[in-house]
Amino acid sequence: MKRLRLALFVPGAIALAAVSGLGVRGLHPLGSWHGAYGELLNGVAVGERNATDVVSAVNFDYRALDTMGEEFILFASVIAVAAILKKDDQEGEEEPDEPRPAPDSDAVRLLGVALVPATVIFGLYMITHGQVSPGGGFQGGVVLASAPLVVYLCAGAKTYLRIAPPAFTKLGEAAGAAGYALIGCLGVLAAKTFLENVLPLGQRGHAWSAGNIQVLNVSVGIAVAAGFAELLASFVEEIVESK
Amino acid sequence: MQFAPWPVAAPLVACALLAGLGKKLPAAVADAIALATSTVTVFCCAMLLRSSAEGPLVYWFGGFRPRQGIAVGIDFAVDATGAGLALLGAILVTCALLFSLRYFDKRSNLFQALLLAFLGALCGFALTGDLFDLFVFFELMSASAFGLCAYKERDLGPIQGAVNFAVTNAIGAVLTLSGVALFYGRTGALNFSHLARALGAQHDPLVFAALALTCTGFLVKAAIVPFHFWLADAHAVAPTPACIVFSGVMVEAGIYAVARICGSVVPAAPSGHAFTGVLLGAGVATCLVGAAMCWAQRHLKRLLAFSTISHAGVVMIGVSLLSPEGFTGASLYVLGHGFVKAALFLCAGMLLHRLQSVDELELYGRGRRLPWLGALFAAGGVLLAGAPPTALALGDSALRRALEAHALARWSIVIAAAVTGAAVLRACGRIFLGIGPREPDAPGGGTSDESPETQPAGIPATMWVPALLLLLLAMASGTIPHDPIGRSAALMLDAPGVAARVLEAAPAPQPAPPQEEPLQTVLVHSAETVLAAIALAALALTRKRLPDALRAPLGAIWAPLARVLRALHTGEVGDQVAWLTAGAALLGCAAALS
Amino acid sequence: MIGWLPYAVAVWLLLCGLYGVVTSRHLVHLIICLAVLQSSTYVLLLAIGYKSGAVAPVFVDVPPGTPAVDPIVQALMLTDIVVEATVVALLLALAVQAHERGGSLDPAKLASLRG
Repeated sequence: MKRLRLALFVPGAIALAAVSGLGVRGLHPLGSWHGAYGELLNGVAVGERNATDVVSAVNFDYRALDTMGEEFILFASVIAVAAILKKDDQEGEEEPDEPRPAPDSDAVRLLGVALVPATVIFGLYMITHGQVSPGGGFQGGVVLASAPLVVYLCAGAKTYLRIAPPAFTKLGEAAGAAGYALIGCLGVLAAKTFLENVLPLGQRGHAWSAGNIQVLNVSVGIAVAAGFAELLASFVEEIVESK
Repeated sequence: MQFAPWPVAAPLVACALLAGLGKKLPAAVADAIALATSTVTVFCCAMLLRSSAEGPLVYWFGGFRPRQGIAVGIDFAVDATGAGLALLGAILVTCALLFSLRYFDKRSNLFQALLLAFLGALCGFALTGDLFDLFVFFELMSASAFGLCAYKERDLGPIQGAVNFAVTNAIGAVLTLSGVALFYGRTGALNFSHLARALGAQHDPLVFAALALTCTGFLVKAAIVPFHFWLADAHAVAPTPACIVFSGVMVEAGIYAVARICGSVVPAAPSGHAFTGVLLGAGVATCLVGAAMCWAQRHLKRLLAFSTISHAGVVMIGVSLLSPEGFTGASLYVLGHGFVKAALFLCAGMLLHRLQSVDELELYGRGRRLPWLGALFAAGGVLLAGAPPTALALGDSALRRALEAHALARWSIVIAAAVTGAAVLRACGRIFLGIGPREPDAPGGGTSDESPETQPAGIPATMWVPALLLLLLAMASGTIPHDPIGRSAALMLDAPGVAARVLEAAPAPQPAPPQEEPLQTVLVHSAETVLAAIALAALALTRKRLPDALRAPLGAIWAPLARVLRALHTGEVGDQVAWLTAGAALLGCAAALS
Repeated sequence: MIGWLPYAVAVWLLLCGLYGVVTSRHLVHLIICLAVLQSSTYVLLLAIGYKSGAVAPVFVDVPPGTPAVDPIVQALMLTDIVVEATVVALLLALAVQAHERGGSLDPAKLASLRG
């Protein structure tokens, strides 16, 4: 069977490489292509929406529906992972072992104490300033979610589960995800279209600007941070209990 | 009142609500929310179908209308085909939710949340007019489907099924995204109409490579040979309510995407023969391989899964014709097949619930106490073989007429319908009548353990009502007027007309729908396949009593074929990806030669 | 020549990832190869959108109207990363369960469903 597998794969891969190679030869050489769609948005996004980060404007305004789908992909995957890794009641009959104890080293704990506030502040900054500078809900949310991870590594599972209890993260994640769709409904309530930017646009370059984009960023940030914390909890609880 | 955003937004919000509140929500409330949301979605999709019957409906999200011919935002370009697919999905999800009310012993809200996420994704997929949006909703469908597939896992089988499913579909998605990137790199456009205009009549390797790569991912989802290996594994292990949406709409959604791209986005290029020829050939191979493997199964859900593969091949054949008749036949086929297959899966679920097994031989004769379940099952089998008045029969007939020039394709459609229907009838005979040989119909292959999902119990109304409802809907689907479907099929191939409507809000083009089949032709075609199915089932069930002169040659043909086919279906992910690579390469070469 | 290098890298990553998945004997290795496969699309997208001599499409410190690279591919890529990271997370969860139920992470030993 192994031989058949390689006999199928090797010619297939060579042919696929040839086809892809011919395909990319039809593209312009690196750096010389000017797409009309991108250039149009670069030109109008700042003026129309007071958002200086055009990538965020594209993600949360011009193509906001895509981001809603993406948000829910994250949501669906996190609940799927939770469903896969959750323990059945029958299997929890054995006594769970002691969870991984906190590390003994002072250096590790000190590092945790130093890192956590910095991470949290930076994460919150990235989330709320997504429309001004590079960043946004997804990136900031992931940074924010790494704070509980540092806590887990430096202070142990019990502290981690205390600061990010599963009920809290589940709620946060759902609130963020549903929040995105509900903010989209604001547009419909204002007699316009779904996901239309109807909130005040504020002043360019300031923390409160760009209307919907900022609020959607915050919603996504909450959802992503809670989602990744829950992912970690699913894996950690699993590892913790199977030892 | 604009109905366009709600089929996507409502299920997704409900999904978040159910998953977020979790155990805090009493089960009855959660069920009520889930059912109410999917019913609302059915209503919205029906309204969309009605509004789009006269011409495509365009809804721009975020209020961004096209500027200077460039589509700035994302739109939903709703035509009858897309709205019909969304409606089919919504009905199937509602039935799945209803069925799962009493199906699981313990069930957290996560299953319903995942089903609702799937519904929202499917509606977005079917209604959208933007290529990257299509990809995003495609991935959301996949993510929720992975979750549904791996939901009940107590042994290795579900894990294998889910791993195969996830890995092959993820690789397909990567190839699709590469194709989308190439399209963008050529035209700077992501909207279907904008792409169609920008591509015009270009015939160069980039367009072909992009087309082949983009179609590959959707063909993986559509379970077309040689990308089909994951489907049976996934179906065998997924909970039954999930199977009905997989077989009923997910596979068909993949083919819909291929039809949309080949018909509306890259209009002029690949009516060149090699590419459509390969698609036609793949469709024929899928029909035949699916039918053969279906016959060789004894695990009911795998049997039904392979029959789905076979029917997907039929739809693929219709789509590869790139003509209004082909598209109309394919749409009708999808409609009828979705309802019938879902009903059959629900019957299998009821068998599992009541008798704790889905193995045809293990259940031998034990169904005698459930005559009405047997009647449902047999009715499903006969309808699957193409009995009127389902849309399946109409589609079958339309396709066979459109394929007058291709004898092999025509025959493979007949074989697909007859063999799959016969397999279901054969299982019916064994289980509910207790007749037929007790040995398996194909050499090798033991059973795979299907751990029952609940304790044995009587069958509650929430289980048989949806099954009956689906069969009735299947029969009703053949009687509704089909002009909107025909018009929409013609529109899918009229890219310039639709582009004018989408980008400049010009009045909708009004193509003439293809001619309807005369009733007599439909009846004749149906009779052929149904009688063939009944005859084949009878042959299988009376195998022992056949004279040796008849039995030996049949066995000599069938046994080695079954052995080879089964040996090829190893269930290992490495093999499946190797086949995927070879298939993608074949498509790419065919596109390059067009 | 240098103008086509990123595209060649993207195709190469695709092939390496595919080869890894096909010949893998360890589920976690397979998942990492899948991640390599997925990163080929990132390279492809970003290379398509790049413009020589242009800045990032962030106009907080440069005046609007400065030539900037394509923002659409960057937005597509953000979406792409999330989508593909979630698939990896899901597969890793399945790998954990495979190890717990079956004691092995070899995909060949996982195959109980055949034919």
